[in-house]
Amino acid sequence: MARIVGGVGTSHVPAIGAAFDQGKTEEPYWKRVFSGYDKSKQWMKDLNPDVAIIVYNDHASAFSVELIPTFALGCAEEYPIADEGWGPRPVPTVPGHSELAAHIAQSVILDEFDLTVVNKMEVDHGMTVPMSLLFGKVDKWPCPVIPLAVNVVMFPPPTGHRCFMLGKAIKKAVESYPEDLRVVIFGTGGLSHQISGPRAGLINSEWDKNFLDKLSVDPVSLTKIRHVDYMREAGAEGIEMVMWLIMRGALGEEVDEKYRFYTVPASNTAVGHIILEPKQSASAAKAA
Amino acid sequence: MARIEQEYDDIPGTFVFDAERSREGFGINMFCMSLMKKENREAFKADEAKYLDKFKLTPEQREAVLNRQWNRMLELGANIYFTAKLGATDGLSFQQIAAIMTGSTQEQYAQMMLDGGRSVKGNRSKSEQKNG
Repeated sequence: MARIVGGVGTSHVPAIGAAFDQGKTEEPYWKRVFSGYDKSKQWMKDLNPDVAIIVYNDHASAFSVELIPTFALGCAEEYPIADEGWGPRPVPTVPGHSELAAHIAQSVILDEFDLTVVNKMEVDHGMTVPMSLLFGKVDKWPCPVIPLAVNVVMFPPPTGHRCFMLGKAIKKAVESYPEDLRVVIFGTGGLSHQISGPRAGLINSEWDKNFLDKLSVDPVSLTKIRHVDYMREAGAEGIEMVMWLIMRGALGEEVDEKYRFYTVPASNTAVGHIILEPKQSASAAKAA
Repeated sequence: MARIEQEYDDIPGTFVFDAERSREGFGINMFCMSLMKKENREAFKADEAKYLDKFKLTPEQREAVLNRQWNRMLELGANIYFTAKLGATDGLSFQQIAAIMTGSTQEQYAQMMLDGGRSVKGNRSKSEQKNG
């Protein structure tokens, strides 16, 4: 049986990708950001997952305004890197896990989550920046990836509650897959930021800290946050945080917080990062 | 029909890209999207007005694009991830566009971010700002 063995929450700021690609990781401004991921890279290396499910949002790369799917699950064998206007990021093409992805699609749709299946898609910084942060500079990605693109660009995105419930359905889907696969799930985006309009530059560290605190111990309270409050308190683009709730929902009720990192700013954004592991139930621990 | 008032319209300095703006801004966003291609960027730069004729923009949207009124574009239905492509065509980064939208120089804006960003205090709602 496949199972989810870890959860990663992280921002996906495009400027982090640019700094990474241009070798600026040792410059003081960027070192402050990248050094926050040193332990995480080691954690990921030790975890050595078989598959990663990455919840992210596309930024007018694969999806324009012609088609705006609320949840789009990648079932392709691979995902080329999108050219976001400055040439594609110099990172390897992302291998998919189409078998597990197809299984998840079938399972969650029957669980009443009407998601869109995508068999051909390019992926942008929303997905590749978290991968660079956790997997480092690589010639080949260490595991296949299942992208789950969530619309957070056009209002309204799915509610936090809906995201959390989808996470639970994904957990159920993974656990009904017969092969013994160890799966890590990423929730990306946020934390507080606004990049549009005269209020651009908004940061709310108090809000962010509360979000990170509640994520492990009381995620249900986070599922009740209304969209208008995300936008008001955490910036118009801070609403991306709903994607973290998919990751959290997929980890089960109790988790251990393994690591946390927070810094302001990376470009326009508060960078937040957390690593969670599902708490082993007493019986599972005994069996192990 | 006039825009139906939404609860989030009370957030100051913010144009939420909702389904209504998405409808209204389809042409302007498709124009921005076209700038992903190098040959289109070149055609646009060679004759901006002529290039815009290829897209269905209202006169107000056209004016906002030609005059690079970044906030006005958002108000008229453009989305920031799309206008950023116009910014990139002009050689502007996200942070540079943000600085322009907030009416500050890039240095001031970058410093504000280094100092922890714009505080939410006094910026939650238009009424809070008025009474601020």
